[in-house]
Amino acid sequence: MKKQKLVVVGNGMAGIRCVEELMKLAPDLYDITVFGAEPYPNYNRILLSPVLAGEMTIQDIILNPLDWYRDNGIKLYMGKRVDIIDRARRRVIASDGTEAEYDRLLLATGSTPFIPPIPGKELPGVISYRDIRDTDEMIATAKSHTHAVVIGGGLLGLEAANGLRQRGMDVTVVHLMPWLMERQLDKTAADLLKSSLEARGLKFLLEKQTEAFIRGESGRVAALRFKDGLEISADLVVVAAGIRPDTALAESAKLYCNRGIVVNDTMQTYDPRVYAVGECVAHRGIAYGLVAPLFEQAKVCANHLANFGIARYQGSVTSTKLKVTGIDLFSAGNFMGGEGTDEIVLHDPSGGVYKKLVLKNDTLVGAVLYGDTADGAWYFQMVKDAQNIHEIRDHLMFGQNSSVGDVGHAGNLSAATMPDSAEVCGCNGVCKGDIVKAIKTHGLFALDDVRKHTKASSSCGSCTGLVEQILASTVGGAYTPAQSKDKAVCGCTEHSHGVVRAAIRDRHLITIPAVMQALDWKTPSGCASCRPALNYYLISSWPGEAKDDPQSRFINERAHANIQKDGTYSVVPRMWGGLTTPAELRSIADVAEKYQVPTLKMTGGARVDLLGIKKEDLPKVWADLGAAGLVSGHAYGKSIRTVKTCVGAEHCRFGTQRSLSMGVKLERMLFGMWSPHKVKLAVSGCPRNCAEAGIKDVGVIGVDSGYELYVAGNGGIKTEVAEFLCKVKSDEEVMEYSGAFLQLYREEGYYLERTCHYVARVGLDRVKAAMVDDALRRKELYERLLFSLQDYEDPWTQAVQQPTLRREYEVIQIKEVAA
Amino acid sequence: MSEWIKVCALDEIAPQGSRVVESSQGRIAIFRTAEDKVFGLHDKCPHKGGPLSQGMVNGDIVTCPLHGWKLGLKDGEAVAPDKGCAKSFAVKLDAGTVWLKLN
Ligand code: SRM
Ligand SMILES: Cc1cc2nc3c(=O)[nH]c(=O)nc-3n(C[C@H](O)[C@H](O)[C@H](O)COP(=O)(O)OP(=O)(O)OC[C@H]3O[C@@H](n4cnc5c(N)ncnc54)[C@H](O)[C@@H]3O)c2cc1C
Ligand code: SF4
Ligand code: FES
Repeated sequence: MKKQKLVVVGNGMAGIRCVEELMKLAPDLYDITVFGAEPYPNYNRILLSPVLAGEMTIQDIILNPLDWYRDNGIKLYMGKRVDIIDRARRRVIASDGTEAEYDRLLLATGSTPFIPPIPGKELPGVISYRDIRDTDEMIATAKSHTHAVVIGGGLLGLEAANGLRQRGMDVTVVHLMPWLMERQLDKTAADLLKSSLEARGLKFLLEKQTEAFIRGESGRVAALRFKDGLEISADLVVVAAGIRPDTALAESAKLYCNRGIVVNDTMQTYDPRVYAVGECVAHRGIAYGLVAPLFEQAKVCANHLANFGIARYQGSVTSTKLKVTGIDLFSAGNFMGGEGTDEIVLHDPSGGVYKKLVLKNDTLVGAVLYGDTADGAWYFQMVKDAQNIHEIRDHLMFGQNSSVGDVGHAGNLSAATMPDSAEVCGCNGVCKGDIVKAIKTHGLFALDDVRKHTKASSSCGSCTGLVEQILASTVGGAYTPAQSKDKAVCGCTEHSHGVVRAAIRDRHLITIPAVMQALDWKTPSGCASCRPALNYYLISSWPGEAKDDPQSRFINERAHANIQKDGTYSVVPRMWGGLTTPAELRSIADVAEKYQVPTLKMTGGARVDLLGIKKEDLPKVWADLGAAGLVSGHAYGKSIRTVKTCVGAEHCRFGTQRSLSMGVKLERMLFGMWSPHKVKLAVSGCPRNCAEAGIKDVGVIGVDSGYELYVAGNGGIKTEVAEFLCKVKSDEEVMEYSGAFLQLYREEGYYLERTCHYVARVGLDRVKAAMVDDALRRKELYERLLFSLQDYEDPWTQAVQQPTLRREYEVIQIKEVAA
Repeated sequence: MSEWIKVCALDEIAPQGSRVVESSQGRIAIFRTAEDKVFGLHDKCPHKGGPLSQGMVNGDIVTCPLHGWKLGLKDGEAVAPDKGCAKSFAVKLDAGTVWLKLN
C-alpha cells in the first residue's frame, strides 16, 4: 500500500512529540515531512532558562538530534518557514519556494512573544525571550553591557532576569501588576518570592507602565521611560509580557481561529485533514502555555493520525514551578479562591514558608506553596483527580507525610534543600545530582522515564515524592504526575486496575489470554508487571474456576521460597501465632545441620528463617520439615504472612483476652490466602499492645469487654498507624469481621496495594458501611473468604509429592562429549 | 566445532518457563517461550549475577528476578536503557527434544 503523506509545520516540542507518539503507534503509515523555521533540530525550549543561567549549553538541550530524523525516515526542512497552505491542492509552500503535498497536515507553530506597541520597540537591544537566538543574544550582551531591564514579572520574565543576573548584569524587573506572577501566585506568596529574589540582587519596579524605549548614541536602546516620568538606563530590554498563539499561517489559510487555532477533542481543526497541537491551539477556549498539556494533546492527536480514533483530549489542569535554582515555589489549579470556596492557610513569615489550599465542596481545587513544596505533586494529584478529601481535611495541610515515617532518604522531605550529593534513593544509591543530570541530558519529562534511566524510586518507591519534586523543579510545569485514578496497569494496556478488575468480574473472564483479548492488550503475552496482577485478579474473582498460573507469578511464589542475592533461597516454616514446639525446633535444627544451612535467624515476623538453601535442596528440606508437621510460612507471597501475638491472658498478669489462641485461630483460618499484597495481623492481650497491633493490616487488641479491631496499619516503607474499625465481643466475631475486611480488600484492592493504600483510596467510611454496618454483606464477604480458602493444600507438601511440580527444582545434567 | 548435546524433552520445560543445565561452562538457563521457541543463556545476569532461569518470560524477553533488568532471549542483550549482555548459547528444538551447543 502506498504510504500517506503527513506534513508537520513547526519543528518544536508539541509537533515532534506528536510525531514520536505516532511512530510508536503506526511507524509505517506515513511519509513524514517537517518544516521548522528555526535553524535547529527539536530542542527542549524549557531548558533555555538553565542555558541562560550558565548551567547548561545548547548542545545539552537538543531533544531529537538530526540522526533521529534520518533514522526514522523523516524529511526535515530546517530554517524554512511555511508561508502558504493551499488547502484546495493539499500542499504547503515555504518562503523559499519549497513545496510539500499532504494527505494530512499537522500545525504546531507554537506562540509568538507579545511586544506591546511601545515607541522604540524596534530598537536594537529590545528583544523577547523565546528561542535559541534570543538566548544567544542575551548571553552575548551580558558580556559587554551592564544594565538589563526585564519587562514582565511572570514565570518567563523572572527566569530571564535570574539568568541575566547570574551572568553578571544589573537587572531590574518591571511589572504592570501589583505583585509578581499574579497568574500563578497570590499576593502573600509573591511578596515572599520578591524578597528572596531581591536578596539575590534583582531589583523590582511594580505597577509601572513603560511609555517609551529611548535610543542611545550608538543606535541601540539606552534607557526606558515610564508613564510617571521616571527614567532608568537599559542596554538590554527583554520583553516577557506574554505570548500569543501563532495563528498567522492558519488564518491566512482561512482555518477558523479564535485566540488560537480552534480544535475539537480529537485535535482536529475545522478542516478535517488538518490537525493542530501545542501553544498555537485553542481547545474549548483555552490556549495552554506549558508543556504538560501539549504533550497530552500530542498523544491524542497521534492516536487519531494513526487511525485508532479512540482518544479524546478533555483539557488539562496545570501546575507551575519556577525554575530558579534554590527557590521553592509551586502552584496549581484555582489558587485565588472565590465564591463557594474555603481556604486553609499556613504562614510562617520568618521561616519563609507559606501554603494555601483552596477547597470547594470537599475537594481540593487549588494550591500555592512557597518555601516548602514537598507536597506539591500530592496536592496536584488530588486537584486533578477531584478526590474527596473529607476524611483527611483535618491534616491535609500537613501533607502526605504528616503522620508517617517515610524511610530511606535520611528523613529528607524537601528536595530543594538537599545538596546534589545527597542520596535520594536509598535502595539504588542514586543522588540528587545524578537525577538532575539525567533529566537534563536525556530530556526526561515523566517519572517512569526517570526511573528507567536512573533507577531512582524504582525499587521500594519510598523516594517517589522526592524524585517528583526534583523533576518538577528541573522541568517546571512540564511535569504532571500520572493520573492516579485511572493509571494504566503497565505499558501493555491503556486500562487501569479498576477497569481490569471490573471486566474480569462482569464479563466472567477466567484466563489471562481471555483478559488480554477482551481488553485489547498491546503485547501478545503481557509483561512481568501485568501478568502477576491478572493472575491474582482471576483467582480472587473466580475461586475454584480460574486456574492459577505459576508462570505468571514472581519466582518467590513459584518456588515457594525467597530468592536471595546469590541465587539461593530462604525457607520460613509457619509457626502459628508465633508458637512452636520442641519437636518443630528439633526438626529445624536437624535440617540446618543436614543441609549445612549457613544462617538461622529469627524473623521480624516472629519465626525462624533458614537462609542460603540451594534450590535443588528445597523439596528435601521441606520433606524433612513436613515430617515434623511444619508447613509453608508464605514469607514469600502476596498472601497471609504472619499473625503476631503476645502471651496474653494465657500467661500475662495484665492479659484480658487469650491472644495466643485468638492469633492461632486467625492464622489457621487465613492459611493459603492470596491477596493484592502481603497481609499481616497481630493480636495483643491488652492495650499495652506488645504484639504491635497498631501497625498491622488487621490489629486486634484485647480489652476487658472484648476486642478492639484496627485496620490498614503498615510498618514497612511508610509507617502508617492502623485506624479503629469497631469493637466486638467474641472470638467468632473477631474472625468474621477480620475475614470480611480482608475479603473486601481481596475483592476491591488493586494489585500491590497494601490495605493502608486501599483504605486511603476508598475511604474508611465506605469500608465501615460495607462490612461493619451491613451485617448481611459482612456475612457474605466472610463466607466468600472461607469458600476460596477451603481445600487449600500446603504448597511444600505438594511439591514434595508431585513429580511434575518437583521438576522445577531439579537441575538438568548433560553428557558433554570431550572436545 | 562442538556438537549438539541432548538436554531434555520440550515437555519437561513449562511454557513461558525455564530449566537449568549444569555444564562445563557454568550453569545455562534453557528457556521455552509461549510459542515454543527455545533459547539458552548463561544463567547469570550482567547486572549483579542474578539467576536468569528464575525470571519471568514474556515474548522473547526474560525479566531478571533480582532487580528487574530485561534481557533479550535471542542474544542476551539488556533492553535499553540498561546496558549489558548475558552470554547466549545455541539451542534448537528437534522432534520434541531440546538440544544445546556449547560455545
Ligand atoms: C525475613 C524478613 C526479615 C527478617 O529477617 O526479619 C523479611 C525479609 C524480606 N522482606 Fe520484609 N521481611 C520480614 C519482616 C518484615 C516486617 C516486619 C513484620 O512482618 O512484622 C516488615 C514491616 C511490616 C509491614 O509489612 O508492614 C517488612 C516489610 C517489608 C516491605 C515493605 C512493605 C510495605 O508495604 O511497606 C517489603 C517490600 C515489599 O513487600 O514490596 C519487604 C520485603 C522483603 C523481602 C521479601 C524482599 C524481597 O522481595 O526479596 C525480604 C526477603 C529477604 C530474603 O532474602 O529472604 N518487607 N518485612 C522478615 C520475614 C517475616 C516473616 O516471618 O515472614
Ligand atoms: C525560556 C522558556 C522557559 C520555559 N519554561 C517552561 C517550563 O518550565 N515549563 C513548561 O511547561 N513550559 C515552559 N516553557 C514553555 C514551553 O517551552 C512551550 O509551552 C512549548 O515549547 C510549546 O511547544 P510548541 O510546540 O507549541 O511550540 P514551540 O516549541 O515554540 O515550537 C513551535 C515551532 O514552530 C516554528 N514555526 C512557527 N511557525 C512556523 C511556520 N510557519 N513554518 C515553520 N515553522 C514554524 C517555530 O519557529 C518553533 O520552532 C518555557 C518557554 C520558554 C521560552
Ligand atoms: S530484609 Fe527487608 S529491610 Fe532487610 S534488606 Fe531485605 S528488604 Fe531490606
Ligand atoms: S542481577 Fe539481574 S537485575 Fe540485578
